[in-house]
Amino acid sequence: MSSVTKSEHREPRFETDGTWVGASVRRREDPRLVSGRGQFVDDIALPGMAHAQFVRSTVAAGEVVDIDLTETRRTPGVLAAYTAADLDLGDITAILERPLSEFVPTDMPVLARDRVRFTGEPLAIVLAEDPYAAEDGVEAARVTYSASTAVVSDDQALAEGAPLVHDNAPKNTLLDVSMFATDGIEDVFASADCVVDVVARSARQNALPLETRGVVVSWEERDEQLLVRTCTQVPHQVRTVMARCLGRDERTVRVVVPDMGGGFGQKCVVGREEIAAGAAAIRLGRPVKWIEDRRDALSAAFLAREQRYEARAAFDSEGRILALDADIVCDMGAYSCFPFSAGIEPLMASAEMPGVYRVPAYRVRGRAITTNKAPSAPYRGVSRPQYVMVMERLFERAARELDLDPVEIRRRNVITEFPYTGVNMVTYDPGSYLEALNLCEELVRAEGWYEFQREAAAQGRTVGIGYCCFNERTGYGSDAFAKRKMMVVPGFDLSEIRMDTSGSVVVTSGTMNHGQSHETTLAQIVATQLGIDVAKVKVQQGDTDRITYGWGTFASRSVTIGGSAVSLAADRLGVKLRHIGAHLLDTEIDNVELHRGTVRHRDDHERAVPFTDIADAAYLRANRLPKDTEPGLTETASFDTPGDGTFANATHAVVVELHPGTGKVEILRYLCVEDCGIAIHPQVVEGQCRGGIAQGIAGALFESVTYDAQGEPSCASFIDYKVPTASEIPDVEIHHLETPCAFTESGAKGVGEGGTIGAPAAVLNAVNDALRPTGIELDQTPITPETVQRALETLDTLEPQT
Amino acid sequence: MTDQHLITLTVNGADHELLVSARRTLVDAIRHDLRLTGTHVGCEHGVCGACTILVDGAPARACLMFAVQAEGRDIRTVESLGAPDDLSDLQTAFADNHGLQCGFCTPGFLMLAEGFLSENTSPSRDEIREAVSANLCRCTGYQTIVDAIEDCAARRCQSHGPAGDAAGGSCPGRTRPQHEPRPA
Ligand code: FES
Ligand code: FES
Repeated sequence: MSSVTKSEHREPRFETDGTWVGASVRRREDPRLVSGRGQFVDDIALPGMAHAQFVRSTVAAGEVVDIDLTETRRTPGVLAAYTAADLDLGDITAILERPLSEFVPTDMPVLARDRVRFTGEPLAIVLAEDPYAAEDGVEAARVTYSASTAVVSDDQALAEGAPLVHDNAPKNTLLDVSMFATDGIEDVFASADCVVDVVARSARQNALPLETRGVVVSWEERDEQLLVRTCTQVPHQVRTVMARCLGRDERTVRVVVPDMGGGFGQKCVVGREEIAAGAAAIRLGRPVKWIEDRRDALSAAFLAREQRYEARAAFDSEGRILALDADIVCDMGAYSCFPFSAGIEPLMASAEMPGVYRVPAYRVRGRAITTNKAPSAPYRGVSRPQYVMVMERLFERAARELDLDPVEIRRRNVITEFPYTGVNMVTYDPGSYLEALNLCEELVRAEGWYEFQREAAAQGRTVGIGYCCFNERTGYGSDAFAKRKMMVVPGFDLSEIRMDTSGSVVVTSGTMNHGQSHETTLAQIVATQLGIDVAKVKVQQGDTDRITYGWGTFASRSVTIGGSAVSLAADRLGVKLRHIGAHLLDTEIDNVELHRGTVRHRDDHERAVPFTDIADAAYLRANRLPKDTEPGLTETASFDTPGDGTFANATHAVVVELHPGTGKVEILRYLCVEDCGIAIHPQVVEGQCRGGIAQGIAGALFESVTYDAQGEPSCASFIDYKVPTASEIPDVEIHHLETPCAFTESGAKGVGEGGTIGAPAAVLNAVNDALRPTGIELDQTPITPETVQRALETLDTLEPQT
Repeated sequence: MTDQHLITLTVNGADHELLVSARRTLVDAIRHDLRLTGTHVGCEHGVCGACTILVDGAPARACLMFAVQAEGRDIRTVESLGAPDDLSDLQTAFADNHGLQCGFCTPGFLMLAEGFLSENTSPSRDEIREAVSANLCRCTGYQTIVDAIEDCAARRCQSHGPAGDAAGGSCPGRTRPQHEPRPA
């Protein structure tokens, strides 16, 4: 069931009913962040700390003949320089449990040994008294290569006789799976009224957190531990890989995450530099800091999104989709990332491409190929921006062929009955696919954009309107990830909650905030559950010694899964508080309830004990506890989403104008109707949508990581990699629908990725709508001004005839 | 590379003596020598604006200046605006309008806005947007940053009256949200 509620920022209702969930309360983290008192990795300074920089490969492919660090070691200020041979580390290897015919595991050495596979690959770590000297040391290094032909495109990688990036991966293919093939699908295509096809490409992108990657590592003698302070979305996984590469017990590695300046997926895989810094700190006997500079972040950090689709779809004469067939090739660059592997993009696309539509027959082949480019990691939305774009292009094209309204064809195809099990064997929980589409179209009409488009056309202006309908799986539990056949299966989360003698609460979560406001939203969940002021709750994340275990933050899992674990833990603490409270009130547990920091008698509200009294009994005067009760007020809980998880959904609409002469795509209006179930903090939900949409627009119109024919990256600075500013990103109006989620404790679905998913297709469709008179259709992102310009010139030549 | 210079930097009203090499950037001196870590570094090549500070009242990129060039100048960093328990109106406006998510770009935007609002006390939304496009934010999509600055300008105007208008005059109303379609 979905009920429409317009966005509203409710004040906390604690004074009336103790409910914090649903209110846009002031963020707990803001006062320190707006006053410059946040603590990010680079803000940490330790006595005796050495600064690291990496000697990186200047060729994209080849053998390493010699690494000469003599001059480096002589450079003033340089303390040491180590190669792979000096550090003797294990490799990072991501594995899928699939037969070798489907997946080829490859090793990513922490520092390259005898061979380099992309420009920017780390070869040696230089340690110096300050970062300037470390850079001097890097410049003094002499590396001799025997360069070989670089593989820089998917065509080249798959060509017969292509050089191999990894000797054990024939055809440069790391993954090749055909997950679905409905029987008789060719017959469906043969007898369909309408068949359309699309060849689509999306450029390589950099997730580009504003804070680059970084780490400060120190050996803590008293704890017998390597203390690794790093900005990662997955602290426990970094600990595991660090311990394995260093050949140590896991308890001797502690990963702590300070404030983090964004991640967007780039920081949810384990990086090589962090591990090398750890090994170097041990070897040198001093703390080591490495802060990635922007040039390295642009050329050698994990990238994403370079995909090619050859897709076709069959429709009946009414515009109902009958079959979908897709061949997907994802260029994953030089290495498989840990833990997700190079399968992350093609597996996501293969499993989920039918999206919000009732697709009866489906065939898909998904491949991950390897090339001599920086490796890929997940990036906000993972493949969904791409396959959604392809689906939406197919529908738009079919609408043209069948002379149907583009919204109407979607309306005839979106899933309306829930739960729905698709041809991809995924069961969707209830959403508001049709309602979101209808509301979004209504808003566009009500604002008069269709008239505007007509009138603009009469004046010779080129205006287009585009839509995009999609869902995103948010609560990926272990079952959903197990379908990917990963050797490590993410999914659950654990939470521990402790109340102290002052009645304040610390709750841990295995998720990892980096801008999503967990400090506030998870506290809201706990405060509501326990009936206390949100200021009484402290959320703790990002410390592998204090948090039992966690899968970190990615795939919009934090509120769905992390929030549910937190909620269950709070629930258990509530039971214990009631148990002790009832004893102190000399009554039964069923007779008492939690109310504004007290346990009170349900019928006689005068009889109440404050939490502080209960905590006093639990810690300071345990003699007052009921006989069957252990001292202390600590509870734990875990949560895992059952089945296929939860799906948020949205429709985006965008109005664009194309400018002749410059080829500029100007966004005149952007509307978003989203449904993420219960919104814990509406302002944060909108922030996630807007930020995501900005990144989606970036992908649609601006960003592209490019390489020359030798594999040399051609955008190693912000001059070449075009990141949109406030001048390019429009205001976005957001409307909310609310389909409460049955699986999660709070009824919330995740919302982190949706914006990124919807924007590329919506913008591309709008541009194509504007170009309709030219007959030209674009199926690639980013949409460059040159392409638009060329298309508009066609319009000029057409115009005299019309 | 070892030529050292003894300089005095005036930051947030206090004088600091520092021994720096000629190539040390101002942002490194502020962050690492003075331990004022609120000013951030996002690119070191003058594009992202995370390092924005005020030099003699005007926004400047601290990564594009050497510390030795800053001697004798009046430098202000984010730490001068207000402490967590005593935020300035601009900081409060950022928090109220959700003008930040991860908060990494925020000090740069705050100092940019502080400088901008001292020059232009009643800016239009478009002027704010244009000014703000000097800096990069990867989280917010910018809209709420523009909201925050617009809100702060409006509040200042309400409490002091528009600049240069002793009689009070009329403060520009907030133009957000702009829900009407543009006229044809
Ligand atoms: S760090 Fe100075 S502009 Fe980016
Ligand atoms: S809030 Fe994260 S970069 Fe702006």
